[in-house]
Amino acid sequence: MTTPSEQGGSLLAIDVGEINTRAVLFDVVEGRYRFLAFGTARTTAQAPQNHIMEGVLRAISRLEEITGRALIGEDNRVITPGSLDGSGVDVFITTMSAGPPLKVLVVGLLEDVSLASAKQLVSTTYAQVIETIGLNDGKKPEERLDIILSCRPDLIIIAGGTENGATNSVIRLVESVRLACSLMPKEQRPEVLYTGNQALLEEVENKLGSLTKLYKSPNVRPGLDVEQFSPAQARMAEIFRSFRISQIPGTSDLDEWSGNRLLPTSTAFGRIIQFLSKVYDPTKGVLGVDVGASATTIASAFDGELTLGVFPEYPASLPVTEEDLAIELALTRQAIRCSISCASDGFPKKIGLSADGLLPWFEPIVATGSVLTQAPSYGHSLLTLLDALQPTSITTVVLDQSNLTAPLGAAASIKPFISVQVLESSAYLSLATVITPISNARPGSPILRLRVTYESGDETSFDIKQGTLEALPIPMGEAARLRLQPLNRSDVGMGGPGRGGSVRVVGGILGVVIDARGRPLLLPGDTGRRQALYKKWLWTLGG
Amino acid sequence: MLAPVVHILPITRIRRHRLLPVAGRVLIRKGQNINPNDVVAEANLHPHHVLLDVAHSLGVPKGDADRYLERDAGDTVSEGDVLAGPVGWNKRVLRAPCSGRIVLSGDGKMLLEEEKPPFQILAGLPGVVAFLIPGRGAVIESVGSLVQGVWGNGAVGFGVLHVLIKKPDDILTMDQIEVDLRGKVILTGYCGEEQVLRSLSELPIQGLVLSSMDSALIPLAKEQPFPIVVIDGFGVLPMNSLAYNLLRTSSEREITVNAEKRDVYTNQRPEVLISMPVDQVVQEPRDTIVFSPGQRVRIVRAPHQAKIGTLIAIKTDLDVLPNGVKAKIAEVELENSKKIKLPLANLEVLE
Repeated sequence: MTTPSEQGGSLLAIDVGEINTRAVLFDVVEGRYRFLAFGTARTTAQAPQNHIMEGVLRAISRLEEITGRALIGEDNRVITPGSLDGSGVDVFITTMSAGPPLKVLVVGLLEDVSLASAKQLVSTTYAQVIETIGLNDGKKPEERLDIILSCRPDLIIIAGGTENGATNSVIRLVESVRLACSLMPKEQRPEVLYTGNQALLEEVENKLGSLTKLYKSPNVRPGLDVEQFSPAQARMAEIFRSFRISQIPGTSDLDEWSGNRLLPTSTAFGRIIQFLSKVYDPTKGVLGVDVGASATTIASAFDGELTLGVFPEYPASLPVTEEDLAIELALTRQAIRCSISCASDGFPKKIGLSADGLLPWFEPIVATGSVLTQAPSYGHSLLTLLDALQPTSITTVVLDQSNLTAPLGAAASIKPFISVQVLESSAYLSLATVITPISNARPGSPILRLRVTYESGDETSFDIKQGTLEALPIPMGEAARLRLQPLNRSDVGMGGPGRGGSVRVVGGILGVVIDARGRPLLLPGDTGRRQALYKKWLWTLGG
Repeated sequence: MLAPVVHILPITRIRRHRLLPVAGRVLIRKGQNINPNDVVAEANLHPHHVLLDVAHSLGVPKGDADRYLERDAGDTVSEGDVLAGPVGWNKRVLRAPCSGRIVLSGDGKMLLEEEKPPFQILAGLPGVVAFLIPGRGAVIESVGSLVQGVWGNGAVGFGVLHVLIKKPDDILTMDQIEVDLRGKVILTGYCGEEQVLRSLSELPIQGLVLSSMDSALIPLAKEQPFPIVVIDGFGVLPMNSLAYNLLRTSSEREITVNAEKRDVYTNQRPEVLISMPVDQVVQEPRDTIVFSPGQRVRIVRAPHQAKIGTLIAIKTDLDVLPNGVKAKIAEVELENSKKIKLPLANLEVLE
């Protein structure tokens, strides 16, 4: 593979998902990076193929058909570097979510402190906690030993001990891990990530280093009220890569093609959300939702501080009937709702969910995943997201139609400009600017008086009633000025209940949407009435 | 496009890996004829350890305790055996609290692994041991009729097939449960009643092959000691015609029900096998197939779930389904000659 160049050049990104493998091509057009095309093929990580390269080559081959560019050489490898005749690419990157989740055993001191942080760390990649061992779990040393031997984890994460804090208690837990490892055949020993008190690094190395592969990262919980995930997350990504290389044939080839930079899809997705949070208003967060076949990823970032959560899982076939589609989208709502609820545990304490469980202010919200991007209409996609996320204040909901966010995240470390330039292109579709007045008023009561001044100078005014969903037909890309006057002490995110003001908004493909249905969203218990409301809301959003 | 493959075959050769999740002891030999309930390999999956404080038990300082040890690491001991001592005028000793093996000793402590019945992996099908995988298990080869399902409760069983099903959409009801089903493998349609499963368990039976099942019964089904294989899915679904015709004509024959969980990475599926001695060479079925017209396919999602048909055509471009979803579309002719269009992703090839 060629050394990645900072200057220009084409980029081929492979994303190996649980069901589909995607090959995405970016290149410089008129001095700026553009997304050109993508090809997909069924992922071949599962039996009977059990080798991902078959799916990768099929996806690239499909991309060759679409673009007319030769990308694979006679040696069945990607042609690099790109040549003047358009064949080949200059940079190759890979992201991956396929494969069974890593089985992780978490060891720490206190349930609400180091164990909570370690569990949060596990949720940042495609992994699941299968057991926990804590200082206060009441278990004898031999019971801890039996737990480790019985559950046969792929990875043990040891956390605990704040900086300048506990040492002896941590070492006792490390001793249990050491004993368990020493009793297992070498090839079955779990790998260990130590992310506890850094004063013990040498002692931990002495106890575990010769027994198994030991990863170390800065303390995930350096203080009782302080968490730092970024360094440990990078380690988790490294461990994920290492496991996938050993678990799934073909992964090592793909990793080699990409210069040993294979990333978990969730990590790459999170990178872009983190980047956006640095670009946009630091007082608000940026939210990313990726509904995949194996997991839903929720990435939220506040002023550059990323919280990442990966939550399994989702079906693979396609709905044919209206009823089946409604069931699938209901499952999607539930998957996102559960995921955001779990992910919110990791939001910064000063920003997290409010007392009544409302989402903090995110602007923008970026969503992707085939269940959203391939929904029958943009209205289906937006309504699903509004119902599941229940955003607050004023936000823009953006659809990543071609699932580019993770590839861009992977490319960001090699070609920083590509992310910026593609994000600014039309590859990302603004569904709508969404305004959410929140009020305790009775359904039907006016809660917001709205005056719209269009670019043409035309003006219109009307009241929004509690319990309704309205769409203003502001064309895509056109700006308008809204004068928001809350009624009945409703809160539109302009400084508190009853406070209004003027705001400039830009129309998305569905214009500007006023979601006055209430927070939290309470649906009628009667099935018929619920169905009628759903149809009405969908009709409002264009059917 | 690569197709998922499911096997419903009147005669085929199959090879199945039977492996322990950890290293253990293999109890069969290459070339051996085996039955479904034969133990292939065993291992101690869930060890139980006891940590003994030798110094405290003998009432001596920690540093002196090792002098009194009577048994070494690696020794096998029986319950009541003296492990350390005697010490002092009253001859204090430390006895083994259970039978087992001494794993470690020293620094005034002793770690004992209790002797427990091992976890055993069963053959799951009748056949011949094709080859051994040292320390892990074996590959077993068999010839017979094979029907693969979509869900299994994890158990393995073997018995004579009793056909209760009269038509593909039959429903298993309490009035069909009679004492002469005891010890049999039952072939029936949809099961939606908890009481039916409990009654079958009380008989007991050797196995249950269903066309479909109420998903609410999954927890109860997992508790049953006999294997349960669901052929077509959850909800009220008729049995697909291929499986129905194949199994219904196999009444009173010996049948193996291997209700192992589906594992997409090892290609493990719940399945039933009717073994038969065959002289001629029988090929293994193909597992890797690309969708192409002429193939027999099964539909895996509503509408038409569990129906079988022939793939007539695959459209190259995306098309719009009745609900507005865009998908790659296949045209399928059902067994009643009706032609339908549905997503290619909702098909699996019957091979």
